[in-house]
Amino acid sequence: MGVKVDVLVPLIWYFLIIYVIGFYSLRYVSQARSREGKGFLVEFLTGDRNLGGFVLAMTLVATYLSAGSFIGGPGAAYTHGLAWVFLAMSQMPTGYFTLAVVGKKLAIISRKINAVTITDLLKERYESKLVVVLCSIAIIFFFTAAMTAQWIGAARLLEGAVGVPYLTALRFFAISVLIYTTIGGFRAVALTDALQGVVMTLGTAAVILAAVAAGGGVESLVQSLAAIDPGLISPYGPNPGFTTMAWVTSFWILVGFGVVGMPQVATRAMSYRDTGSLKRGIIFGTVVSMVLLLGMHLLGVFGRVLTPGIASGDLVVPTVITQLFPNWVAGLILAGPLAAVMSTVDSQLLLAVGAIVNDLYANLINPAIKRTAAFAFACTLAIGLVIYFWALNPPDLMVWLNLYAHAGIIATFLWPLILGIYWKEANAPGALASIVTGVGTYIWFNTDWIWPYGWARPFGLHVIVLPLVISLAAFVIVSRLTRKPSPEIIAKFWGI
Amino acid sequence: MSTDRHTETFQEDPRHRQCSREALMGLGLGIVNLLWWLGWGYGLGSGPVSEYTYVYGFPLWFFMSCIVGALLFTLLAVVMVKFFFADTPLGDLKETPEGEEAQPWA
Repeated sequence: MGVKVDVLVPLIWYFLIIYVIGFYSLRYVSQARSREGKGFLVEFLTGDRNLGGFVLAMTLVATYLSAGSFIGGPGAAYTHGLAWVFLAMSQMPTGYFTLAVVGKKLAIISRKINAVTITDLLKERYESKLVVVLCSIAIIFFFTAAMTAQWIGAARLLEGAVGVPYLTALRFFAISVLIYTTIGGFRAVALTDALQGVVMTLGTAAVILAAVAAGGGVESLVQSLAAIDPGLISPYGPNPGFTTMAWVTSFWILVGFGVVGMPQVATRAMSYRDTGSLKRGIIFGTVVSMVLLLGMHLLGVFGRVLTPGIASGDLVVPTVITQLFPNWVAGLILAGPLAAVMSTVDSQLLLAVGAIVNDLYANLINPAIKRTAAFAFACTLAIGLVIYFWALNPPDLMVWLNLYAHAGIIATFLWPLILGIYWKEANAPGALASIVTGVGTYIWFNTDWIWPYGWARPFGLHVIVLPLVISLAAFVIVSRLTRKPSPEIIAKFWGI
Repeated sequence: MSTDRHTETFQEDPRHRQCSREALMGLGLGIVNLLWWLGWGYGLGSGPVSEYTYVYGFPLWFFMSCIVGALLFTLLAVVMVKFFFADTPLGDLKETPEGEEAQPWA
């Protein structure tokens, strides 16, 4: 397969713009480099808490909707029909829910205590080294694994669309992400996310309109689906035993409400400028979520009619795009899914770096850290290299961790964060009990394929739901039975 | 950070009440959104496919649950934010100058 130059050219332009953003942000990072201790990290990890509403919305949406919604989601919609679009709409509330629930509170508290990561905040709140270590380890392991899977996906996408060999695509992608994240920090990540969010939204709107036109209108597409299998237009899908009501509804917990506990969300809530940004962020975020979720998943469903017989659902988006558009437009639109992957990966990379430099090193080992900048850059590169080598030859551990990454992160952070900022009696033993029982039962229930003691769908629900209930109960009971947090902590978090 | 600050009598930050109110509003809107999605989706979609009615080519259950639902809750989110979310300073209240007009977030 030769290299398709006319697909490649728009993509190259796109990457050039991303580099420009990286170097633009570098100015701010360089100015901050002389700051000692945490001063540098406030710029590198939160962009000096100066995000506007539009950028806030875009970076939030781009970060959590990304890869799943662009590759895996449409692929599943291809198989399961409208039932999967219905399932995907459980993500709709994230646009307003996350920022409404933790947005303002985290912004106020993180300024009070000078927190730049979620672990920073948990450290001040619970004053427990064990909590810090567990949280940092969860971030480093789960995110590194998740990033590896994403890099592999991005390289496959480039390989399929442009026709370059996998190894070249992987190197090109790795170098681009590493460079703009290393030099530009959070500011570069947020700004490129904003650009990527715009590309994704416009691309999605264009593709879905073209797909509907190519299929002769919605009515003919839906009727063709019903002719293939009536299950494709029912909320129970073509495999009613798989997409059951209880299981589909529990996605509201996994990808809807539970997202509020993700470190990426917390970082963004610590990084915006003022309440005006927050409000605009909620509005833009909700609108963009709607367009992307509906558009991409409907595209997957309609792809079943437009391009039948695709071997792997993951290929449905690139296939439909290259079939519907001339090559150079396809290149522009393919930047969308690629952007989705990049915007997810860059924020995870930054969080992993934050976990090492800020949470473990600056908080525990050497609070008087000097030369923070050099250390942060070195960590970014080191993690990047680990991911690169994992992506070349994915070890079993990586595959396993990635499978559990999203829900594992929620099981770790959701209650310690939410109860930590809304419940004065939440204390360190409670948080530890919550993390251990949450992650523990989640992983245990997931072992049904190894031995008979797993529990794949407790009470018909998605496997994440019951561990979250158990860990909430453990948190409340243990907190009630042990000593209340000191008045100093209460004053620090709730006082003027 | 000086410790004598904490030993003074505890005075709760007035912004937290507004934060809790806004969080509950977000949660409430999310739950209503879930009920709307669930009610239309499974309420109308559970019958046999041959008896579906269609709007603009979509099955009615999908149209109401996913398309109207998405538009409606986007609109409600805008209303919530525009009319019920307060503008408050985010920084340290002690640093804001004295004698400003009535504090709307309190």
